[in-house]
Amino acid sequence: MAQKRRAKGPGPSQGEDPDEDYALSQSASQVQRNLERLSPAHVDQKVSELVQYLLVKDQKKIPIKRADILKNVIKDYRGVYSEIIKRAGRTLQQVFGLQLMEIDPKHHTYILVSILPRLEVDNLKQDDCTAKLGLLTVILSFLFMKGNAAKESAVWEMLRRLRVDPGVRHEVFGDVKKLVTEEFVRQKYLEYNRIPHTDPPEFEFQWGARAAKETSKMQILRFVAKVPACGGAGGGENRTLKEGEGSDL
Amino acid sequence: MATQMTDGHRRFLQVLMSHGIMEGSVARTLHRDCCEIHKVYYAHDKLDDFINVVNIHLQPFFMQIRKGMSEDDGRTYYALVNLAETEISKMASDYTENELELFRKTMDVIIISESGFASSTNILNLADQLKTKKMKKKEAEQVLQNLVQEKWLSERDGEYTLHTRCIMEMEQYILSNYQDLVRKCNICHSLAIQSQVCETCGIGMHLPCAGKYFKAQTEPHCPHCNEFWPHEIPEINRPDSQLPSSAPRERRRTSSSGTRRR
Repeated sequence: MAQKRRAKGPGPSQGEDPDEDYALSQSASQVQRNLERLSPAHVDQKVSELVQYLLVKDQKKIPIKRADILKNVIKDYRGVYSEIIKRAGRTLQQVFGLQLMEIDPKHHTYILVSILPRLEVDNLKQDDCTAKLGLLTVILSFLFMKGNAAKESAVWEMLRRLRVDPGVRHEVFGDVKKLVTEEFVRQKYLEYNRIPHTDPPEFEFQWGARAAKETSKMQILRFVAKVPACGGAGGGENRTLKEGEGSDL
Repeated sequence: MATQMTDGHRRFLQVLMSHGIMEGSVARTLHRDCCEIHKVYYAHDKLDDFINVVNIHLQPFFMQIRKGMSEDDGRTYYALVNLAETEISKMASDYTENELELFRKTMDVIIISESGFASSTNILNLADQLKTKKMKKKEAEQVLQNLVQEKWLSERDGEYTLHTRCIMEMEQYILSNYQDLVRKCNICHSLAIQSQVCETCGIGMHLPCAGKYFKAQTEPHCPHCNEFWPHEIPEINRPDSQLPSSAPRERRRTSSSGTRRR
């Protein structure tokens, strides 16, 4: 079946893994030929496994690495990788209203994003997640108002004003520091980077790749305008809003 | 009859997935809201037809939205389940090898027991005897907490049973793995983890099923062998009742004979 061999010539991207290289280097006609040698039922099975794998990973908000897809799901079906991914993507769109989106072209990581029309009030799920989302929105808004990045110390100061102290165990959020610097970062909502040339090391927060895809800066601006704690004056952002309406934020 | 997926169906599916499992009345509200938002044809009593449309499209991918019953209160629940019976696939990525072993061993105890429960002491002993890697008490307690939070197990008075979601997801796996060791309810013929058992002929029933079957009978008899039914019959409120059905639990605590065999 699919034999391991080094890719000849440039592939669509330079994977560092020979398996990846092989999977990605197959031309469309090669994929078709490989497909003909496989039982359609088995290929369908692989597509279904991939769909489930992507859904499970995404429910945990863990970005999915292409290398993991190849290693854990595709395995021997490397020769028809592009076809399997294509069919899985189509299923996700048609049945689930989700789109497979690459958020990191360098490391090839994907997330699933809903392509259903955004709702004004998407409050159908009420639990811990709503509270976490609220906290995250506050942080994203603050970062946005600070020009998309802010020092760690500034973020903690702002949260303390809202009675969320990273040094104190919070009734709803638990270990706040861990939630913000680890969970939100792992889920790609925030970035937590060391500021170069600082000693002792200082860190800053920025919007993460998932935040950029899942929300729009327009939504954040509207939120900020209403909440003085985030820097809004409760109405003074009107001018920015009007200017912003037209552009693609 | 329309069999096309609409955005209404897709939104329903997305919300159901994010909840994991959803109680009947919540699902009905969601059905109404999704149809309203996306201007899809809506009939209040046609939730099952609505779900069937989704299931037709999920079938090639070995997934289904399944309807199940809670063994505690008899209420209807909906969950998206994976039909592949070969592995505990949904759990595999969240738990380490020894955590999965602990879960499987706990499931063994739960299924083999008459009551459908495993005590925490029992489980902590299992943790100490794991083949993959022994687990200390604190670690095992944390794993149990995670399993409860993720709705694989549910806890009551320090004892653990399988969560409704777990039973719905793993029904195929349990039936094929445990075969003759599992009990099926004599009334509804589904898998029964918690059950009342006839002491004479051995048939079993879900507590809510027993409640419905024996309703208002002063002298309940086994439907199979006609012997006197030795257990306290749980009082079941109307399934759509807004109030939590606390009657069976209270009865179980205060009754002398109890619904569990010794």
